[in-house]
Amino acid sequence: MMNRAEIKRSLGVSLWFVFLTFPLMVVRVDSINETIEWRWMNMLWVGLGSFVLSLVSRWYFRHRETRASNPLEPSGVSLQIRSWFTDPKHRWPLLALLALIAVAFPFTFSAYQTNIMTTALMYVVLGLGLNIVVGLAGLLDLGYVAFYLVGAYSYGLLNTHFDLGFWTVLPIGALLAAIFGVLLGFPVLRLRGDYLAIVTLAFGEIIRLVMENWNDFSRGPSGISNIDRPGFFGIDLTLNQSITYLYFLMLVMVVVTIFVVNRLQDSRIGRAWLALREDDIACQAMGIDKTKTKLTAFALGATWAGMVGVIFAAKTTFINPASFTFLESAIILAIVVLGGMGSILGVIIGAFVLILLPEYLRALSDYRMLAFGAIMVTMMVFRPQGIIANVRRRYEFKGKVS
Amino acid sequence: MPQSAQAILEVKDLSMAFGGIQALDNLDLDVHGGEIVALIGPNGAGKTTFFNCVTGLYKPTGGDVLLTPPGRKTSRLNGLKPNVIAKKGMARTFQNIRLFQNMTVLENVMIGRHCRTRAFVFGAIFRPPQTRREEQDIVDRSYAILEKVGLAHVVNDFSKNLSYGQQRRLEIARALATEPSLLLLDEPAAGMNPQETHELEQLIQRIRDEGHAVLLIEHDMKLVMSLSDRVYVMDYGKRIAAGSPEEVSADPAVIKAYLGESDDA
Ligand SMILES: Nc1ncnc2c1ncn2[C@@H]1O[C@H](COP(=O)(O)OP(=O)(O)OP(=O)(O)O)[C@@H](O)[C@H]1O
Ligand SMILES: [Mg+2]
Repeated sequence: MMNRAEIKRSLGVSLWFVFLTFPLMVVRVDSINETIEWRWMNMLWVGLGSFVLSLVSRWYFRHRETRASNPLEPSGVSLQIRSWFTDPKHRWPLLALLALIAVAFPFTFSAYQTNIMTTALMYVVLGLGLNIVVGLAGLLDLGYVAFYLVGAYSYGLLNTHFDLGFWTVLPIGALLAAIFGVLLGFPVLRLRGDYLAIVTLAFGEIIRLVMENWNDFSRGPSGISNIDRPGFFGIDLTLNQSITYLYFLMLVMVVVTIFVVNRLQDSRIGRAWLALREDDIACQAMGIDKTKTKLTAFALGATWAGMVGVIFAAKTTFINPASFTFLESAIILAIVVLGGMGSILGVIIGAFVLILLPEYLRALSDYRMLAFGAIMVTMMVFRPQGIIANVRRRYEFKGKVS
Repeated sequence: MPQSAQAILEVKDLSMAFGGIQALDNLDLDVHGGEIVALIGPNGAGKTTFFNCVTGLYKPTGGDVLLTPPGRKTSRLNGLKPNVIAKKGMARTFQNIRLFQNMTVLENVMIGRHCRTRAFVFGAIFRPPQTRREEQDIVDRSYAILEKVGLAHVVNDFSKNLSYGQQRRLEIARALATEPSLLLLDEPAAGMNPQETHELEQLIQRIRDEGHAVLLIEHDMKLVMSLSDRVYVMDYGKRIAAGSPEEVSADPAVIKAYLGESDDA
């Protein structure tokens, strides 16, 4: 089953791992007693573990290659999951069950859990928003967090200076973010791929740095505090009530986002985005206005980030530029890529996995991020198309298609 | 040859230079309504460059491109964007197939309807009755076109999974969806077997009969001779002959430049 060459390679891999993890896993400097502890057992485990993993992955890949399936078709798990979800028999009971769980959640779990869930829901919307730009239109945007910042700061500033309420600022934040989306869109109209990625990355950083340094406007690194929580028909809510309230707010927002993004995806504009992603020259030659299509994608993607930004500011009641670093953009992008570019269900699952996993991996304390990284890498190696691969709508022609 | 009608496409002194290379050198060409015109020439003669200049992908360095769709005003196309030109009534296929690979066959054709429809963000989200009608119309027309080119049985397949010949026909279908008065085909028979080529010939004739003028680049001489009303021959960016297939194939300059040095002609 395993030939000698493969075992040799795996041995090489495990030696590499031992070498790379040596300073981290084996050497421990005890700075109190000023001694160095050598944990040789760890080295053994790393070596053995990576050797076995490498063998397993080799076997898996060979197995996959020999399997006579068409690699182009979305196959196996992805189709199964999808057909299970879209089967009309399962659909309504499943949705009802989901709705029940979603509604009961804040009443059955602690405020802490509810808070985490609200955060996860926020990332669902952020992921779906970025999915428009990256997944559908194929524009690699690494500065998405800038629009999130615009939303958060519009609420922070308008609330503290002009005393505007949450519900007033929500549409304003969305609009401002959309405008910034267009502002970013213009200079990058001609750029593609890596160049686009770099410019958007810079854009995100510039906006953050401006907030960090323009003290008169944004109060710099110390941020804005005492932002009002969202109002509920003028009734004062306790902290716990307000956590529940925000949870439901986010829940509604997620439902609205799914509805809108789903409709956009299956529309004239949605198809134009896909065409732009697939081949921009053919897309133009077929009569699609590239400028308009790109700017619409940037603006509509940014809108969601703007709204979630407003909610974020209202949720934490405190914002500063440190919440809007590149890492944030990277996480949102990871949600889209991990979930499956262009797939709504995939992005939702991706958001839950990426936001909830690190929370519940806290048990692993220091190794939390390491484990998280390992899961990400494994995932991308074994399912590069994401959890749910993009599947296009099928049209039925009665009595015509065999 | 009676040429009473206004030419649909009129190209005058078209020139295109890439650095030192003169890919098009003062080229004249016109296509009239109801015609199938062929543009031939050895490899690297500048045929594809001609298409790219006419459809707005390249900006020509000199000359004029005038389009007059039947019953409409003449417009000068130089410097216009490709999507504007498509909307004015000229569509093309690509020599190296450029389909939207991860979209279905039907969706590829639906993209062609883009410039003839209008629904925008509001319509997409709220789907008022008029948007619904428009969507239905897009689907119906696209399906009808796919039936015409013989791809109705694969509407829901990803276009990347089609055979080579099918992909070429899908490109034609996608271009037809834009309702072009003039259809430009860049080597539509390349890579097709004799049977497929024969079907293609009938398809192109049918397209002409339905009111689209056709300008095609083709290396398959048998196809060119049986299909075209007129033939233009170019070499090194220059027009070296023009006329009926018989005239052109008897032209010494053509034989020397093209037929003489090519075995498959
Ligand atoms: N974008 C470009 N930049 C520089 N040179 C180009 C470019 N496009 C085409 N050329 C050059 O212009 C000349 C004509 O090329 P073109 O592709 O138009 O030939 P063609 O007649 O279509 O040939 P074929 O029959 O092989 O398709 C060639 O010398 C080619 O190298
Ligand atoms: Mg060519």
